[in-house]
Amino acid sequence: MSATELGIVEISLTVNGIPVQRAVEPRTLLVDFLREDLNLTGTKVSCELQVCGVCTVLVDDRPVSACTFLAVDADGSAVRTVEGLAEDGAPNPLQEAFITHHALQCGFCTPGFLMMSTALLESRDDIDRDDIVEHLDGNICRCTGYEPIIDAVAEVAAARPPCLGRTNGNTNGSATGDSKANAIGSSIRNSTGNGDRS
Amino acid sequence: MSIDLPAAPHQAASRHADEHQTVGRSVRRRDLVEKVLGTAQYAVDMTMPGMLHAKVVRAERAHARIVDIAADNAMAVPGVVAVVTAEDLDTLFPRFGHIISDHFILATGKVRYFGEPVAIVVAETRAAAADAADLVEVSYEDLPSVISADEALSPGAPLVHETTYAPTADATFKELTDSDDDEQPGLTNIAHEVTIGWGDVDAAFADAHLVVESALRYPMLYAYAMEPYNAVASYGDDGLTVITTAQHPFMVRDDLARIFNLPLSRVRVTVPYIGGGYGSKSYTKVEPLASVASWVVGRPVKLTLSVEEAIYTTRVDDAVINVRSAFDADGRILARDFDITMNSGAYADNSPLVLAKCVNRCFGPYRVPNLRVRGRSVYTNTSPASSYRGFGAPQGNLAGETNLDQAADKLGISRADIRRKNLVRFGEEILPGNRGIDADLITDLDMVVESLESGRSDAAHYGIGFGVTASDAGAYPISTAQVRVETDGSVIVLSGSTEMGQGSRSLLAQIAAEEFGIGMDRISVVQSDTAGSAYERTTGASRTTTLAGLSVQRACDDARQKLRAMAAELWNCPQDEVGDVPGAVRGPHDQRLDFGTIVRKWFGGSAGEVTGIGLVRREGATKEMPPFWETGLVGVAVEVDPDTGYVTLDQLVTCADVGFAINPQAVEAQDLGAATQGLGAALFEELVYDGPQLANANVVDYRVPRAGDVARRIDLMLAERRDGVGPYGAKGAGEGQLNPVGGAVASAIAQAVGRWPTRLPLTPERVWRLLNNLPESD
Repeated sequence: MSATELGIVEISLTVNGIPVQRAVEPRTLLVDFLREDLNLTGTKVSCELQVCGVCTVLVDDRPVSACTFLAVDADGSAVRTVEGLAEDGAPNPLQEAFITHHALQCGFCTPGFLMMSTALLESRDDIDRDDIVEHLDGNICRCTGYEPIIDAVAEVAAARPPCLGRTNGNTNGSATGDSKANAIGSSIRNSTGNGDRS
Repeated sequence: MSIDLPAAPHQAASRHADEHQTVGRSVRRRDLVEKVLGTAQYAVDMTMPGMLHAKVVRAERAHARIVDIAADNAMAVPGVVAVVTAEDLDTLFPRFGHIISDHFILATGKVRYFGEPVAIVVAETRAAAADAADLVEVSYEDLPSVISADEALSPGAPLVHETTYAPTADATFKELTDSDDDEQPGLTNIAHEVTIGWGDVDAAFADAHLVVESALRYPMLYAYAMEPYNAVASYGDDGLTVITTAQHPFMVRDDLARIFNLPLSRVRVTVPYIGGGYGSKSYTKVEPLASVASWVVGRPVKLTLSVEEAIYTTRVDDAVINVRSAFDADGRILARDFDITMNSGAYADNSPLVLAKCVNRCFGPYRVPNLRVRGRSVYTNTSPASSYRGFGAPQGNLAGETNLDQAADKLGISRADIRRKNLVRFGEEILPGNRGIDADLITDLDMVVESLESGRSDAAHYGIGFGVTASDAGAYPISTAQVRVETDGSVIVLSGSTEMGQGSRSLLAQIAAEEFGIGMDRISVVQSDTAGSAYERTTGASRTTTLAGLSVQRACDDARQKLRAMAAELWNCPQDEVGDVPGAVRGPHDQRLDFGTIVRKWFGGSAGEVTGIGLVRREGATKEMPPFWETGLVGVAVEVDPDTGYVTLDQLVTCADVGFAINPQAVEAQDLGAATQGLGAALFEELVYDGPQLANANVVDYRVPRAGDVARRIDLMLAERRDGVGPYGAKGAGEGQLNPVGGAVASAIAQAVGRWPTRLPLTPERVWRLLNNLPESD
């Protein structure tokens, strides 16, 4: 069946805190919606089978493989991508740890590792090395040999004051949300009239 | 020679850093900042205005005549613009291949492997192209096929290619191999054959105290660079522009110019950030497909492959290696005899050179007085094989090193001692007439063995293995660079070397910062644009630090010479009264002029630019081949679970003999990455043909190392003796620590289970079978 026969669905969600409304084909994958409709190309695709973790984004704080997640299933949710991590345009502590530990080389898997690690760091306190290894076992990296990535996440977990989970979990309305608007770009800032959906 | 102390992990600085301002330090890589922010632009992110999308229709037979291609149903899909087949290319040169131009852009007359491109659907959207590709109906008449090299070599085997092809004028290929100049593949399935040798091998075997014979199989692999091949191409009146994932944009340009009969100057190939390469993105891949599609439809066309399609585009040569070695009673090597058969798939691509390098590297960096090596690269009806990190060394060294370990066991000497007795000493030749070894392998080996023993566990079913390899690296020494000094004294470096993640962009900036005596924040590096950057032959063979580094250093030197001359003119003094100081030129009475001031004053009008040019060819320091030897020294310790055969990696130890570490952290990162890829082949990875097609052309069934596979103890050591021809005594890195891993793991597991394996990967089932004295499985 060709695409045009399948109809179009309206979806509303927030992406990195910014409200977005769009009409999409039902078969549109979340990753294609982010990369092609919203021009958020920071999220990458590799295996397309939900096993490499490259396309990981957070949907309502839960990590999902955007390559096998329909955009229509993100309707009404808060989506976060790598573009939303920076703080005032500069790397956040996790991103900074990836740089100083050389936890990336080609960088293609990095957005997925950052989002997966963010989900872990926000989920609870008292994270040890085994937790990190287990949590990141679904993300593939072909450059680093993983140890620098585990070191980077462990450093952030150790340095973090307790009970800091979800500081980035606010989906909109805050000063943080405003700074993220720049990351998304004018195409979606202009696309919708009003605001808060939380 | 003094023994270098093992470096601490995550070394911040080279042991020679104090002699320099910028190089030798683990500087912050600027590209990593863009990459963590998600703002780095990769090839797959690139678009062109008015761009269409392509989807490839692929063969569903291993070997079959194409009877008909029916495109009507596909063309009826809304948004479909064209279905391109081989017939549309008859006014072009429809093939590519830099050694043998045997690779048809689109299958012509027949298909030679399952997955071969048969047609290209071009449509307004990716979805429309994908929908329509399923509707292209290709009818076939099956032909008998050959999947394994054995089948392809058997008498009367069906031919993958019924013709020979005029060799492509990659003029340097002949110089890189010792193959017979007049050799042409005859009407067999042998794509290429290489033999080397010296001495009287048969006599040496006849007189030997001990002869050890073994046969090893190296698995068929997929490099899995995480960004699959993609390209966007635009063909117009001005020529052809392509943005792609290629490691060697200048080599791809050659193929594209030949296809369209265009001057090189009218083909522009650019490469932005790419998601890994590991050799698998060297030479031409999808660029001709996107380019001919654009040529047909007259609009830009983007083609992005899936991982499955990428596996059916390029894989790694699997190999069977038979080795016999002769020893005297003291354990000295008297002779070695290798026979190598590589399954190279349906098209030659770079396999002839991979084979030639395997032949050069299989017998190891040892004193071998009598040698015979015969290698054959064989066409089969399988996915085409080409370059992969290590370039023939992992295949050959698996056989060579485990054979040496078996000899040590039989002679009753240690596996370290048999190597100490036979390793070439500094400056000794491995290949007659070539550069002698520029490394101290015995000291490096001692570092690795000492580290492994210090971490030894007394667990049951525990084994330690290690290996030493040396690769004739650097490829052919042709490199150029330009530096442009701006009116504010900042510097743009132009290089044709590709940033693939290995860190060349940062490294070349570091060298330029050192040479000019300015901060790295004053330097930007522009790479891999055949119309906008300097020429570089390839980005492979671990050459960038050594050769691109040298050309950048020479370009800086050239620019500084020009700046001195200009300053002398401005000061109206003889040239011998001016000299270099960091960031400036010093003149009479200790006057200083910074670079920006010199440029502005010399040109007048506060404008202008000074360009320095650096050239590297087979002359001077880089006259002798190879430009440098890349050594591999890796040790592992394994613990085997006797109930399941599961292998736990207890230790991973590497020693990179790099001469001088310009960015030590980046060298360590490359070493751990290379060794981890080697562990994949040793323990997990293997593409399996089940009939005409792969049983596991996906990342679910083709398992690569994961975070849970990291060794319990990792020791990454650097040996820095400033003995390389590169800048500041540096040599290349990045492949060496992959090469010995297969042999080291096989050797460690043999120790742990008491039986020698004959093939990789050593999956739990295979290890369990070894432990229980069962056949290894197949």
